[in-house]
Amino acid sequence: MTPRTRRRLVLALPWAWMALFFVVPFAFVLSIAFAEPSEGLPPYAPLLRWSGEATAVLQLNLANFQLLLEDSYYLDAYLRSLRVAAVSATLCLFIGYPMALAIARAPETWKNLLLMLVILPFWTSFLLRVTAWIGILQDQGWLNGALLTLGVIAEPIPLLYTDTAMYIGITYCYLPFMVLPLYATLSKLDPSLLEAAEDLGAPPWRAFLQITLPLSLPGIVAGFLLVFIPAVGEFVIPELLGGPGAQLIGRVLWTEFFQNRDWPLASALAIVLLAALVLPIALFQWRAGR
Amino acid sequence: MSLAERPGAAEPWRDPAAEPFLRIEKLTKRFGDFVALDEVSLPIYRGELFALLGGSGSGKSTLLRCLAGFLEPDAGRIVLDGQDMAGVPPYARPVNMMFQSYALFPHMSVAQNIGFGLKQEGAARSVIRDRVTEMLAMVKMEGFGDRKPAALSGGQRARVALARALAKRPKLLLLDEPLSALDKNLRESTQFELINIQERTGTTFVIVTHDQEEAMTMATRLAVMDRGTLAQVGTPSDVYEFPNSRFTAEFLGTANILEGVVEGVEAEGVRIGSSELDFDILAEPAASKPLGARVFVALRPERMRIERVAPGTPLGDNRLVGRVRDIGYYGDFFLYYVVLANGKEVRVSQPNLRRRTERPVDWEDTVAVTWDRQASMVLPE
Repeated sequence: MTPRTRRRLVLALPWAWMALFFVVPFAFVLSIAFAEPSEGLPPYAPLLRWSGEATAVLQLNLANFQLLLEDSYYLDAYLRSLRVAAVSATLCLFIGYPMALAIARAPETWKNLLLMLVILPFWTSFLLRVTAWIGILQDQGWLNGALLTLGVIAEPIPLLYTDTAMYIGITYCYLPFMVLPLYATLSKLDPSLLEAAEDLGAPPWRAFLQITLPLSLPGIVAGFLLVFIPAVGEFVIPELLGGPGAQLIGRVLWTEFFQNRDWPLASALAIVLLAALVLPIALFQWRAGR
Repeated sequence: MSLAERPGAAEPWRDPAAEPFLRIEKLTKRFGDFVALDEVSLPIYRGELFALLGGSGSGKSTLLRCLAGFLEPDAGRIVLDGQDMAGVPPYARPVNMMFQSYALFPHMSVAQNIGFGLKQEGAARSVIRDRVTEMLAMVKMEGFGDRKPAALSGGQRARVALARALAKRPKLLLLDEPLSALDKNLRESTQFELINIQERTGTTFVIVTHDQEEAMTMATRLAVMDRGTLAQVGTPSDVYEFPNSRFTAEFLGTANILEGVVEGVEAEGVRIGSSELDFDILAEPAASKPLGARVFVALRPERMRIERVAPGTPLGDNRLVGRVRDIGYYGDFFLYYVVLANGKEVRVSQPNLRRRTERPVDWEDTVAVTWDRQASMVLPE
């Protein structure tokens, strides 16, 4: 076996993985998005139909995409989802950056323990953790109880089923995705760079702004995307903690798919969401790589 | 080729009235139980290029980091140009440092790196630009201002690091193993360039190095450090020619150490008897020690001669007889390892003066090793 064949074999595995679990499902979703809904199982008409002996007719239905553009209901859901994801990712950044910096600068013996504490919540069920927040945030919950006992407030503040609760939930759940890439970048930072900056007359906070912050930009971008992308389509947390009014794209998708059984429209929603996320990020990466 | 002997170089350390520019007084620094600096006192004069020489763990880097302000000493004072540095943070000290790794900011251009210090002071943009141009010219890096550090060679990075450290015109420049990342030829040429720049700017340099050649060629004075203390301080030739202990004799250059007892103090010199070696060592009278004192004598390999003799030749004053166990060929000299009858080994070097001659002395030859009495360095301790 030549080294070249061996290299190809090694590369074949990730490619096969990508093909099987991304390209093929994506092709399914894409084809359903262009199909017409119909009664029955599956609830859409096939794209290719045999007419006569040897002619196949490919029928693409663009009505789904047209509807998404025309009905402001969907556009609003997209924009609201993007805003929620952006705010959540920003909150994660402001909480996660000091955490990552503290871990990166902690003594060697502490680092692994602190990193494990960041990952520890993953060992418990996601649903359980989100549900636990209900107990904390509800009117008779721990938070209001503590504030009442301390005399900070006279009557419970409504927290549960508000945007605040939703943001708390998303930020809490996605924080590790922000901390880990930030830690990876910050721990690689040569400490003598900061010493050099201080030596040249920069007090610690200026050294941070001029050296640490710009050099950790790759980690900030990676962490932001890791939180932002899944948060856009987040369904469970807004459903359990958020208010009833705010329609996010995750819930819209759910409704179209399970309640209205309109698979083609749900697929079109998913495709547009994917395009809206992938294209700007790909453009950004391409520009950053140059 | 010590620069201490350069023409016109003043030697303020020989003048008791001279006021030191940098005074290090009884500086102590502990890390837990480990004493990194043990009451180190050292005066350094304006315009000196002072080298701190020592192995790892000797305390040289700790001393440098105390001077820079990265470490706060547990006891003692650092006074620079009359100003006590206690409690002054690194960013407020008139001291700059050239780091071992150079620590160039990878996201900034060469010009931005050099201008960084002045920018922190809030200097006007035109001032920064002029100084950057001046510094680039000083280190012969004109035209490299827009490059990123990643696009520079090792030698070029060293130059930028030096330019950046000098851009604020510090009172004191600290250099932490500045040339250790460069290959030998580049290191030698850069050493002399560093000396030239030091002389032109008149800045006081304190350089930390484990490389004795670097310390010897560059320094006006050097301190050999050992376990948190200064083993010896002096000009390179002082320390090399008059080592005060076995440690400095063996650390700076190579030395054979012989042990003996002072048996006679004569007009022409000191006679040191060595019972274990069956011969006497003669030394100059300056090295006088009381009769009966146990002393160590250090001998430099290049100060000894070697010649082939017939087996059975007796030993004599300043004359050893042994067998050549090994020969090291260094190109410019040979190093002979001679084993004496009692198993002790001495090293003798001979310059390789002529090309392709027969070696005068070969493996397993019986040889006599001789030296003049002024080559016997009687160690004070």
